[in-house]
Amino acid sequence: MGKIALKHVTKSFGATEVIPPLDLDIEDGEFVVFVGPSGCGKSTLLRLIAGLEDVTSGMIEIDGNDATKVPPSKRGLAMVFQSYALYPHMSVRKNIAFPLRMAKVDEAERNRKVEAAADILNLTDYLERRPGQLSGGQRQRVAIGRAIVREPEAFLFDEPLSNLDAALRVNMRLEISELHQSLKTTMIYVTHDQVEAMTMADKIVVLNAGRIAQVGSPLELYRSPQNIFVAGFIGSPKMNFIEGEEAGKHGAHTIGVRPEHLALSTDGGTWEGTVGVAEHLGSDTFLHVHVDGIGALTVRAQGEAGLNHGDRAHITPDPERIHRFDSDGLALA
Amino acid sequence: MATQHSRTAARFMMAPAVFLLLVWMLVPLTMTLFFSFKKYLPLRGDSMANGLEWVGFANYVRFVGSSSFWPSIQATLIIVGGVLVVTIVLGVLLAMLLDQPMWGQGIVRILVIAPFFVMPTVSALVWKNMFMDPNNGLLAYLWKAFGGTPVEWLSQAALPSLIMIVSWQWLPFATLILLTAIQSLDSEQLEAAEMDGAPVLARFWFIILPHLSRAITIVILIQTIFLLSIFAEIFVTTGGAFGTKTLTYLIFQRVLESQNVGLGSAGGVYAIILANIVALFLMRIVGKNLDA
Repeated sequence: MGKIALKHVTKSFGATEVIPPLDLDIEDGEFVVFVGPSGCGKSTLLRLIAGLEDVTSGMIEIDGNDATKVPPSKRGLAMVFQSYALYPHMSVRKNIAFPLRMAKVDEAERNRKVEAAADILNLTDYLERRPGQLSGGQRQRVAIGRAIVREPEAFLFDEPLSNLDAALRVNMRLEISELHQSLKTTMIYVTHDQVEAMTMADKIVVLNAGRIAQVGSPLELYRSPQNIFVAGFIGSPKMNFIEGEEAGKHGAHTIGVRPEHLALSTDGGTWEGTVGVAEHLGSDTFLHVHVDGIGALTVRAQGEAGLNHGDRAHITPDPERIHRFDSDGLALA
Repeated sequence: MATQHSRTAARFMMAPAVFLLLVWMLVPLTMTLFFSFKKYLPLRGDSMANGLEWVGFANYVRFVGSSSFWPSIQATLIIVGGVLVVTIVLGVLLAMLLDQPMWGQGIVRILVIAPFFVMPTVSALVWKNMFMDPNNGLLAYLWKAFGGTPVEWLSQAALPSLIMIVSWQWLPFATLILLTAIQSLDSEQLEAAEMDGAPVLARFWFIILPHLSRAITIVILIQTIFLLSIFAEIFVTTGGAFGTKTLTYLIFQRVLESQNVGLGSAGGVYAIILANIVALFLMRIVGKNLDA
């Protein structure tokens, strides 16, 4: 079982409060992603759960038991680090077996478990190699293997894919998701990449300066962001924000429209502007349009839009998909 | 260094340095070899001008046959081994201590390095007179304070005392190298081991010590080379008495106290051979460690 609850948890380094009082419930078997810009406290939060940092005040419960003062090794959590933190002088087999060796598991049992983990992760051929002889993706898998053999209550991932190249990242993303499907263990995953968050999570926790900006499923966050921060952070390209007179027409301080909810035409629409840079991706085209009286907007057009730099274009927002925010940045119902 | 011209110029400019180094090494070496095959007793009237008598390997046989030869080899190995053990064990512990964040870290680190800057003669005299003197030494006061009889360090426990003095000089060097090695350890590895359930001692044994193995190798190599030739410490403390006569010191006695240049030179050649055997062994044992 891996149910984790944070109750009024705070963390300060000296006089700086990194995490103001924070409450969060993580259900058993959930894949939770902490996402936010760098320095938002997401890694600190993960380390608090792991026990690598002490909470300044508040309580951490694991399976209903107070774990605030429990040392990291007794919490039943396994962690995969950003640098993988493999032991360079040990073979892959010894790396994966290390937690079992520390738990005084006998050698036959140890080997059986290591080989089972290696089988799941396609590492069987590499068991006798040193980490230095492996590629980035293989090292990543060894780190995951070391976490799996402990059969933990929950897995903690600290930006595990940030050191991999783009193609490998997509692969490992799938592998971790599949691992979650087959193990059904709670996983907490920290990333600054909202694409990783959207694709992997059951539940996303968006953090901003140590505070939880919003908690919800990926599509909830996409469809109804509760504030400007979440609206701007989730979704790529970023949501367009318009202030002033145009926003006033909708009874809001700021309105936000996603690039994919703006329709482009050459003969007529709500706003008119000049096309700036056009980014052709093949399946989509991102156009940066300078709209008269509003400013720059990003528009996502399906396929190959027949517009070029300097052309005049008309833009119409989807009225159902206009997000309205008040002057404090909170969403209006 | 791209063009032919600049390469020639470089060779030309390096030549004096290379030449000096070669001469500085080759001249004493050939002279030692030359004297080792000659009877050369300056006090008995032998001199280069009169021509020296060729005696073949007699000096070599006599040097090894002397009753002080094997004890001197033994003393040399005990001192080198003892200092290595003390400096590495204490060096690892001190390095870990200095790696902890603390107030006044910079000053403490400089203080730790300080003994390395003290000349061997001076530090040995300080130890001899300030600490180990049986009448006025600090250690004597300490013993008396607890009602004990002061130890006559340099006669009753001469070898351990010498090891202590030399270790004190070399500990900063070991600590410094091991400290930089410890600082390069990725803290995430220690955290991972902590999460994996390794207690403090296991983390030291399985993570920190293997990480330090390369630095320890370097400390052993460099220190052995210098420790084989320690001299000043013995000269100013025991003068080679009480079993502290090392090979280096024995050679010194043969040449300068007995005024037998030929015999001493033969000892010097043995010392060269011993140093090379030790170096070869070390390279074999630890060379693997450096490759990894």
